[in-house]
Amino acid sequence: MIDNGGYRQFDWGLLLLVLLIGIAGVIVLYSASASEFDSIQNMVFVKQIVWLGIGFVLVLVCLLFNYKSLDGWAMAIYVLNIALLVCVIYWGREAGGSRRWIPLGPFTIQPSELMKITITIILARYYTRHSSMEGLTLRSLFLPMVLTLVPFALIVAQPDLGTAMLILLIAASITVFVKIEKRTIGVLSGLLVILVPVVWTFLLKSYQKQRILTFFTPDRDPLGAGYHIIQSKIAIGSGMIFGKGFMKGTQNALAFLPEQHTDFILSVLAEEWGFVGTSVVLLLYLLVIIWGVSIAYQCRDVFGIILAVGISAMIFWQVFINMGMVMGLMPVVGVPLPLISYGGSSVVTFMLGIGILINISIKRLGV
Amino acid sequence: MNFYRTVDIDWFKQRLVMVMFCVTAAFAILVARLFFLQVIEGREYRRLSENNCIRLQAIAPTRGLIFDRNGKTLVDNRPAFDLSIIPRDAKNIETTLEKLAAYTGLPLSRMETNFSENRGRNSYNPVVLAQDVGREVLAVVEARKFELPGVVVDFKPRRHYLYDGFAAHLIGYLGEISRKEMESDRFAGYKSGSAVGKCGAEKIYDRLLRGEPGGRQVEVNASGQVVRVLKTVDAHPGNNVYLTIDFALQQKAESLMDKRAGAVVAVDPATGDVLAMASSPSFSQNAFVDGLSGDAWRALVDHPYRPMENKAIQAEYPPASTYKIITAMAGLEEDVIDTETTVTCPGYYRYGNRVFRCWKRGGHGKMRVVDAITQSCDVFFYHVGQNLGVERLAWYAKACGLGRPTGVNLFSEASGLVPTTQWKRKQLGKPWHGGETINVAIGQGYNLVTPTQMAVLIAAVANGGTLRKPVVLEQVRTAEGKSIRRGTADILGTLPASEATLDILQKGLYEVVHDRHGTGWWMVRSGKVDISGKTGTAQVVASPPEGMEDEEEIAEALKPHAWFIAFAPSNAPEIAVSVIVEHGEHGSTAAGPVAKQLIEAYMADRESKTS
Repeated sequence: MIDNGGYRQFDWGLLLLVLLIGIAGVIVLYSASASEFDSIQNMVFVKQIVWLGIGFVLVLVCLLFNYKSLDGWAMAIYVLNIALLVCVIYWGREAGGSRRWIPLGPFTIQPSELMKITITIILARYYTRHSSMEGLTLRSLFLPMVLTLVPFALIVAQPDLGTAMLILLIAASITVFVKIEKRTIGVLSGLLVILVPVVWTFLLKSYQKQRILTFFTPDRDPLGAGYHIIQSKIAIGSGMIFGKGFMKGTQNALAFLPEQHTDFILSVLAEEWGFVGTSVVLLLYLLVIIWGVSIAYQCRDVFGIILAVGISAMIFWQVFINMGMVMGLMPVVGVPLPLISYGGSSVVTFMLGIGILINISIKRLGV
Repeated sequence: MNFYRTVDIDWFKQRLVMVMFCVTAAFAILVARLFFLQVIEGREYRRLSENNCIRLQAIAPTRGLIFDRNGKTLVDNRPAFDLSIIPRDAKNIETTLEKLAAYTGLPLSRMETNFSENRGRNSYNPVVLAQDVGREVLAVVEARKFELPGVVVDFKPRRHYLYDGFAAHLIGYLGEISRKEMESDRFAGYKSGSAVGKCGAEKIYDRLLRGEPGGRQVEVNASGQVVRVLKTVDAHPGNNVYLTIDFALQQKAESLMDKRAGAVVAVDPATGDVLAMASSPSFSQNAFVDGLSGDAWRALVDHPYRPMENKAIQAEYPPASTYKIITAMAGLEEDVIDTETTVTCPGYYRYGNRVFRCWKRGGHGKMRVVDAITQSCDVFFYHVGQNLGVERLAWYAKACGLGRPTGVNLFSEASGLVPTTQWKRKQLGKPWHGGETINVAIGQGYNLVTPTQMAVLIAAVANGGTLRKPVVLEQVRTAEGKSIRRGTADILGTLPASEATLDILQKGLYEVVHDRHGTGWWMVRSGKVDISGKTGTAQVVASPPEGMEDEEEIAEALKPHAWFIAFAPSNAPEIAVSVIVEHGEHGSTAAGPVAKQLIEAYMADRESKTS
């Protein structure tokens, strides 16, 4: 079976897809940051190109080692990342009411972003050793739960609900993928059914309940999230089939949408490029994710499979949640659209993920 | 081993196929949603996007009202309207403004300056053209709204002080938030342009009073007129504030102080509740709401008798003879004197080669402590002060609450001054002279107190020795009437005096008014209620206010300040009063009658309520 040492050609297809999304992102960002008053346009758009460049370099860096060594480093990476999250609490830079960043010379790093990859690595290591065809038992689930909830709690405390939720979703996806025992599923869902009403009636104060209800139904907050969603839907819908054209978006230009160049970037894309343009970008994302899953499919090493699935899940959830939110299908949470939303940390994490995927695809055959 | 692993991998492969299926299904949902928004509903959304049809309009909350302790309304809001324009809807702003001026009669130039000054970055944000326009303007704009695209009328209630100038320092007034205030912690999170309390209760309880703004989501047509209201979030009215002052008493105090500069503070000795706090002259609060011109503001600030200052807590005066209460207390407590100690007053006191005079040139003759308080004999207290020394005097003064703010919940309270040798060395770099102790003993020299400090002190003498923090807040109620906060009675300390000492002091203060030789006999004695009190006449050492030229005025400005602090009824005190009349000349003639009439009015009111 082992015939050629397992090395195959470099995965140009995946890199090309990523490049296309990156180019689409820069075009949309250019338009999104072009408001009639601000001159930040050039800054935002040039900075994003720089980050993309750094990202592609990171992809290459990821090829310098064999992904299998991540299995050995997993614990160290995890502990380091947790330590960084703790540092954020004490020395983090505050912006917009939350503390997420650690200043590092001219750059800042956002440990919560890196945690998305780290959680994948540590869980891949654990499940490689503990999964079986019967599924995970309650006992074997204990440690992964702790490993997930510790960073989750630290990120909620920042507070960064969007990223915390992503960590939870990535961990859950990986866990469900390696299979949970039927009886355990029964116990867990039973626990949930009992706990949720108890917490709701006895533990939460009425203002907290209000906040949660508003979170799930933005209509309850017509002056805040509800209004943003309406404006976002108008922007998207008004794009119609072919869009209003590059730089012709009106909703965008008047700054009605909050964070139009970060979380709500899709509304600019959809307004200017219409159903056709947006569908193309959606298709590009779908292809990247399917590509990632097929890398897992061709991999013959359990650790590699789980790692590839985790990274694919990370990309999937970010795209799905962000788009669902902007289109008014989901609550408003701060989750950026990978590679299109402005932001260095998000680009870096995404590209690290891509780098690891390519690494798996090259060295997947195992030793 | 290898065999086992391959089985494992194949098993994973089945699950990976499921994963791909799930991902594709999820993306199908996204595409379907996109199709629904952009293709099926696209035309409607395109229409809505054309003029930015869905907008938010703010709804201003109603600011809470301010009442007196009996629930009488002191401050409310009156309906008012602002005229604004939304630049983007107006299309041609100049012609719209010209038309507006022609129809309404509002001056065009004012509107143009307001427009250019207030215009923001977002051309969909309304720009205020004219504030507080009349109903006739409203009617015109409503009737011609199709000729005036982009012009909007906002309902913006305005603060209305029902009794303009009444308790102005205590209640405060509203004004537009300043840049400096926006950066302060007190007003953190406030938006620029919002009206905030500038002093007094309006400022201290601003967060409780202001309420929470609401808003509505509306759809507008091409000229910016609202076609329909989509959603409304009601504004939350602010809480109502009840002050401890009594309307009738405050009004009485102000009318008694009319045309004079000074302050009156009346407290309930049992609770510390401030029943009246008047500072004269006062100012018009409504003038501030309507927008004060630069000249009017300067006139207020430059006024020689400082109308903007709350003299009750911010002005510091020498306590003069009212301070003899403390000197007597210290002397008795330190066993420097007792009730029988006699000093003969020849009308002067020799210290080294200096001569200190008694106010009564011919002398008082033989004086015991009660007589000395009653007749305010300076020489007696020169002796006591000389024997005590300045440090012991200072200790008693501080223990009586002087030299530090009383902590009344108002802004910029002055702390007064209790001089000590150390203070003088530090502040003036000079050693203390023995003669200065003699001056301090009768409340002159470096001593400084505020009228409120003296009110706290006399109330403590009245209530058996408890120094109570003056309370200005009775309670805060929500708009629905639920009480959410009460004024808290705090104890600042206890007078450093035994019961026996207090008895002696109370006897002296009683005799001031009831003894034929007492300084208050002629002017303060009342046929209706027993009043105890102490006069004071504070020498003015400063030069007259700058720019004053009229000789009569200058003579007036050099007259001493008149003090009277009192409580009544003497045997079961219900009210304690501190009165200062600037340049009133004599405590007995200028300040005494004010205290007397205020106390009589209060007692009459109490009786009419109980009967």
